[in-house]
Amino acid sequence: MTLDALPVGHVARVVKVRGEGAHRRHLLELGMVVGAPIRRTGSAPLGEPLTFELRGAVLALRRTEASQVDVTEDPT
Amino acid sequence: MKRVLLVGNPNTGKSTLLNALTGAGARVGNFAGTTVSSMRARWNLPNHGDVELVDVPGTYSLAAHSPEERVAIRAIRATGEDAGDVVVVLLDATRLVRSSYLLLQVAELGRPIVAAVNFLDEARAQGRPVDLEAYAAVVRVPVVGIVARQGEGLDALAAAVRQILDDPEAAAAATPGPLHPWPDALKPDLDAVAAVLPEGMQTPADSAWAILSLDDAEAQLGPDLPGAEVRDVLEAARAAGRDPLGDVVAARYAWLDARLPAAFGARAQEGQFSERLDAWLLHPVWGLLIFAVVMCTLFAGLFSWSDPAIGLVEAGFGALGTWVGAGFDVLVARGLPVGLLGDFVVDGLIGGVGSVLVFLPQILLLFLFIAVLEDSGYLARAAHLMDRILRAAGLPGQAFVPMLSGFACAVPAIMATRTLPRARDRLVTMLVLPLTTCSARLPVYTLLVAALFPASIEGFPLPVRPLAMAGIYAFATITAVLAAIVLGRFVAPAHDPEVVLELVPYRIPSVRVVLGHAWRSGMHFVREAGGVILVATIVLWGLLTFPRVDDPSTLLTPDVVVAAEADGRSLDAVAASLVLEQTYGGRMGKLIEPAIEPLGYDWRMGVGILGSFAAREVFVATMGLVYGIGDDADEESEPLRVALRQSVVLRDENPVAVGMSLMVFFALAMQCTSTLAVLVKETRSYRWPAFVLGYMTVLAWVASFLTFQGMRLILG
Repeated sequence: MTLDALPVGHVARVVKVRGEGAHRRHLLELGMVVGAPIRRTGSAPLGEPLTFELRGAVLALRRTEASQVDVTEDPT
Repeated sequence: MKRVLLVGNPNTGKSTLLNALTGAGARVGNFAGTTVSSMRARWNLPNHGDVELVDVPGTYSLAAHSPEERVAIRAIRATGEDAGDVVVVLLDATRLVRSSYLLLQVAELGRPIVAAVNFLDEARAQGRPVDLEAYAAVVRVPVVGIVARQGEGLDALAAAVRQILDDPEAAAAATPGPLHPWPDALKPDLDAVAAVLPEGMQTPADSAWAILSLDDAEAQLGPDLPGAEVRDVLEAARAAGRDPLGDVVAARYAWLDARLPAAFGARAQEGQFSERLDAWLLHPVWGLLIFAVVMCTLFAGLFSWSDPAIGLVEAGFGALGTWVGAGFDVLVARGLPVGLLGDFVVDGLIGGVGSVLVFLPQILLLFLFIAVLEDSGYLARAAHLMDRILRAAGLPGQAFVPMLSGFACAVPAIMATRTLPRARDRLVTMLVLPLTTCSARLPVYTLLVAALFPASIEGFPLPVRPLAMAGIYAFATITAVLAAIVLGRFVAPAHDPEVVLELVPYRIPSVRVVLGHAWRSGMHFVREAGGVILVATIVLWGLLTFPRVDDPSTLLTPDVVVAAEADGRSLDAVAASLVLEQTYGGRMGKLIEPAIEPLGYDWRMGVGILGSFAAREVFVATMGLVYGIGDDADEESEPLRVALRQSVVLRDENPVAVGMSLMVFFALAMQCTSTLAVLVKETRSYRWPAFVLGYMTVLAWVASFLTFQGMRLILG
């Protein structure tokens, strides 16, 4: 699945950051590498951006950005 | 003096640490030749003396794509006079792995490092205290634990830095070089890149840097570096199904995750304070409501709370001018030829200094607000909330606070664009900010609406004057948004990478940091922009003063006297208007008349427009002068309204058409030397302010022309 589909409160692990360019590099350098756990915390009142917790930090990603990240959901 | 560089991710408390170490003496500025802001300060190291502490822009990476990254790597790599003697890498104890990712890159550059781990208290409170000794064994540099906000651990930090500065052996021990090995699978690509890099730049770390720096088609390595050749190597690797960029980042994180297992993937537990607070502050209803209240408070503060202080500055300088003027009058009465000098000192010099300091209340207040919002963590939420809306204008959520401030005054608003993380966004915001309806336009609109618009039009159901007022605000706002879209697409330089917004934890703002921030911003303005504004005020004073007429009453011909007496105007005021007419400014008004005639203006309005370059509201007083009503007429002055209306009617023009055209002109034209002065300082160029002056003047002329001619057709 892709990150934008992760329900609020659920935890997943990063499989791959697709896309290319500076934005992909930025996400990788924030620690979004293979195996890193990531949790969906919510979204902004107007529906976007979506918020995720990665390595202790809460990051705001737009839907198109989040859809570039492949994840597998952790069994709960 | 030795130099210490302060490097770290954004929001790791660098400013707080700088404040705690150096007090209020820090100076804000830009890094040479860039729009990236910097702070430097003198740090008194016990048992060593003063060193210069440089705050390097917060960054996650030292690749060379974004301006901040370029500035950071240039600062750390610099040799000779600009070299840093020690690099203090500030780390966040609650995000230790990510902070350490930056430390790995600094280590590769071969400078002595002190690792300062901040927010130890928060990590403790989260139940994940950092074992500093174990951490030091991993990163092989001196490690100091600090809580910058409370001043904890600063002595130990000073001692560690001093030891490196004074003891070459300690410096060598603090310079570990590359900390991690590269995986075998990546080595062929690193070697291939090294093969095209110049001599002296062929280590695997250099290759890794080049790979990360060339992350997309617009990225460049820098002058004298073979960017195109490296790009070819990378294309070949990608064509073969490899991903060198991803592998470089993954290799570093894998090394860190293996050595800092407790911190790997460490998540702030659900239900932490910040998350609970966000449930309210980002709530679809309450969140937007609270946001509206916070922003209204900020705007009310800028718009009206600053008024008493502004009034105080104006009254103070007015009184000073009167007092000094009276002194000169005494000297003139004794026959000393100091009349001109007196005018210069009172109107040029004292008035000029006053016109600089009059901005201070709003600047101090805005930066006080911004510092509180930023330090508390709410500024990030404000950007998050507004992102969706501002994206329509091609701007990020962070542009909201500067744009809102622009409705009070563009000068502090342009300074507030420093909070935008991306240089490109900052530039676009600065270019369109002068279009927002600042409070200086309000007296102009008030005069024009009252003088030239009827209270109602037959057959038109809505009240005309309030509608004109609301209409011009809406018009200017829509124009600013459109300008942001157009300029962002065609004018702003190559898009540097977007920065992911981080919702930093809520924290209680530190009074020291907040006051320091506001104070530095105020001083920065006075020091940087003050001189230019002062000179501009004096030049405008000169234009509307020379050539001088020693005895204005000689200009009063019998015809003029008869006409003035019939209108009941004072002869002094009429004489003053005749003096103004023959000054260079008055002549320029007549000179530009052919250019402004198609907009519906006469030379008098031209003089008013010229005068308004000092500040837009000066239009009102200048018009008072031109019409011979006196220079103390304000926008409520009935004689001024009548005179303005009459002059339009006498020219057989429709007052509404002229009024709308003038309002459109004031909405769009760049008549504010203070804004231009601040733009010069904040963009570090004359090109961009010249561009703003150019595009806004053209826009204003064309729009006013269309408005006037269109309204003439409609209204007949």
